[in-house]
Amino acid sequence: MNRIKQLFQEKKNILSIYYTAGYPNTGDTLQIAELLEKSGADMLEIGFPYSDPVADGPVIQASSKQSLDQGMTLNLLFEQLKDLRKTVSIPVLLMGYVNPVLQFGVEKFCEACAEVGVDGCIVPDLPMVEYEEFYQDCFEKHNLSNVFLITPQTAEERIHKIDVLTNGFIYLLSSSATTGKNLEVGDTTEAYFSRIKNLNLKNPTMIGFGISDKQTFDKACSYANGAIIGTAFVKAIAQGNLEEQVSSFMKAFKA
Amino acid sequence: MKYKVNEKGYYGDFGGAYIPEMLYPNVEELRQNYLKIIDDADFQKEFHQLLKDYVGRPSPLYLAKRYSERFGANIFLKREDLNHTGAHKINNTIGQILLAEKLGKKRIIAETGAGQHGVATATVCALRNLECVIYMGEVDIERQAPNVARMKMLGAKVVPASSGSKTLKDATNEAMRDWINNPVDTHYIIGSVVGPHPYPDMVAIFQSIISEETKKQLLEQTGSDQPDYVLACVGGGSNAMGMFYHFMDDENVKLIAVEAAGKGVSSGFSAATTYLGKEGVLHGSRSILMQTPDGQVVEPHSVSAGLDYPGIGPQHAHLFKTGRGQYVSITDEESLDAGLLCTQLEGIIPAIESAHALAYLEKMEFKGGENVVVCLSGRGDKDLDTYIKYFNL
Repeated sequence: MNRIKQLFQEKKNILSIYYTAGYPNTGDTLQIAELLEKSGADMLEIGFPYSDPVADGPVIQASSKQSLDQGMTLNLLFEQLKDLRKTVSIPVLLMGYVNPVLQFGVEKFCEACAEVGVDGCIVPDLPMVEYEEFYQDCFEKHNLSNVFLITPQTAEERIHKIDVLTNGFIYLLSSSATTGKNLEVGDTTEAYFSRIKNLNLKNPTMIGFGISDKQTFDKACSYANGAIIGTAFVKAIAQGNLEEQVSSFMKAFKA
Repeated sequence: MKYKVNEKGYYGDFGGAYIPEMLYPNVEELRQNYLKIIDDADFQKEFHQLLKDYVGRPSPLYLAKRYSERFGANIFLKREDLNHTGAHKINNTIGQILLAEKLGKKRIIAETGAGQHGVATATVCALRNLECVIYMGEVDIERQAPNVARMKMLGAKVVPASSGSKTLKDATNEAMRDWINNPVDTHYIIGSVVGPHPYPDMVAIFQSIISEETKKQLLEQTGSDQPDYVLACVGGGSNAMGMFYHFMDDENVKLIAVEAAGKGVSSGFSAATTYLGKEGVLHGSRSILMQTPDGQVVEPHSVSAGLDYPGIGPQHAHLFKTGRGQYVSITDEESLDAGLLCTQLEGIIPAIESAHALAYLEKMEFKGGENVVVCLSGRGDKDLDTYIKYFNL
C-alpha cells in the first residue's frame, strides 16, 4: 500500500513538514529528511525550487532562490534521494511548480519519483483538467498520489471533483494567501473548516498555510487529520547547527 | 478564426490556465463572464465612447513621406503614441476597468514594465474612482522615473518588486501574489496578452481596435484594406496582437513581430524569446519562454523596459509555431538608432519599444510601392534620458 494511505489509516494529528531541497546547503536535503523523521515528523514535503514561485511568500521565495543559486536542479534532487528509503520510512511528497516537471519530462519525473520511493506530489499550478488529460495515468501507473489544494473560495462542486481525482489527502489552505502568513482562526475560518469537515470527503484533509506553532497546529488538528508547517520550519533552519535546529523546532510540537 | 482561442482556452499547443487554486475562482469568474460582458451593447457603447472622447481615437494612420522615400515603400505609421497617456496600453485598461466594475470589484492591481501600462491603469482608476496598486520592478522604477511620478500623481500606490531581475517578470509575480491574497474584491488588470486564459484573449480583443481602425484607414487611403506587411514590437505582445488581430486570417498580409535582441541574441543579455526560448509554462499559460534546461526562467535583458520579458503571449507562440507570423529581433543599439532616425525624418520621438519595430525596416528589402504598416505603439517622452545618454545629446 501507498505509505500515505497507510499513515492516515493509522494516525491522527499528523504533522507534515515542508522544506526546500538544497537549503540551506545543497547537500542538506537527505539529512534534513532523516533528522525530521528521527524527531517525530509524520510526513515530509520536499520542495523542488522554481525561479518564479507565485504562490509563495518571501521566506520560501528566498530559500528557493538560494537553493537555485547554489546549483539545485531536479536531476540533482533525485540523485540526492537515491538512498532515501534506506534511512527514511515516513511518506515523502515532492512539491513544486509545473515548468521544471515539464522540462524534466512528465513520464521521466514519475519514474524517478517511484524509483527513489517518493509517494506523491503537490504541483500547485497544475490545473485539474491538465492533470486528468495528461498526467493522471502516469501518476497512477507509478503509484503516486497527486494532492490538490482547496481554499475558502473553492466551490463545493469543485471540492467534490477534487475529492474524486485525489488519492492521498486534500490540502486545505487556511485562507487564500501566499505561504508564510499567520493563521488567524476567526469565525469565518472556523465556519470554513467545519463546512469542509461536514462534506464527508473520501480523502483525509491536511490544513496548511499559516501553521507556525503548537497552538495553531492543535487548532488545525481539531478540524482535519493534521497540519503542514512550511515557512516556520524553513526560517528555523536558516542558520546554526542543522541537527540542533531541527530537534528544537520539533520539540515544541511534540510537547 | 483559425488563430483564435478554442473553447478550452488554447491556441494550438499554447495557452490554458496554469494557476494555483487560490486564483481559480477569480480567473473562472472572468472566463465565464468576459465575453458576455464585452458583447453587451451598453458595454460596447460606453467603451467606444471613452475610446473616442477620452483616449482620442481613432488614432491616425499616417503615411510617413520621408520614411517612405528612404525605404522605397509606402510606410504607414499607426499612431498609438497619440493616445491619451502616450501608448496603446490605455485601450486595454479602459476595457478592463469597465469589466471590473461590472464584476463589482473595488480594488485594481497591475504590473508594469516601462510604466506605460501602470500609467494607463492608474489613469482609468482615477477616472472611475477605484483604489489602484501598481507593481513595478526596482530596476524599472529607476529607468522610468517620469512614469512613476505620473502614477503617484494619479493616486496609485507604486510597490517596488525587488525579487529576481527586478523587472517586468518579477512585477508580474508580485501582482499575482497580491491577487492570491485579495481574492474577492480585487481585479488584476494584466497589461499584455499573457497570463491564464481568458486574459490573452480578453486583452487581444480590447487591443484589436488598432487593426480594426487600420483596415478602414487603409481602405480610405490606398483603396485596399490589405497591406503587404504589418510590423509591431513584441514583449508580451499586446500592441502586436492588436495590430495583427484583424489581419490574421488575411494570409497574404505578412505579419512581422520584432523582439528585443538586447545586446545581441547570443550575448547572454537578450529578450529574443522565440530565438532563445523553449515551450513551457510561465505566468499561468503554456507558451514559449527563455529558460534553463532545468526549467528555471532566465532573466532577460533589453534597453526597453516594455520588451524586457522572458516570454511571449500564447497566441504569439501559436503564430510563431505555425509560421503565420515572422518573429525577428533587433538589438538595443539598432533600436536607439531607429528612434533617432524617426525623430529626425518625421518629427516623432518614438518609445524605444516601438523603435524596435521601426528598426526592422532597415533589414527588409522592398521592390517599391509595397504598403507597410508599422505600429508606433508609444511615444518616447519616457525614454528621453536613455536617448540623451546614448547619443550624448
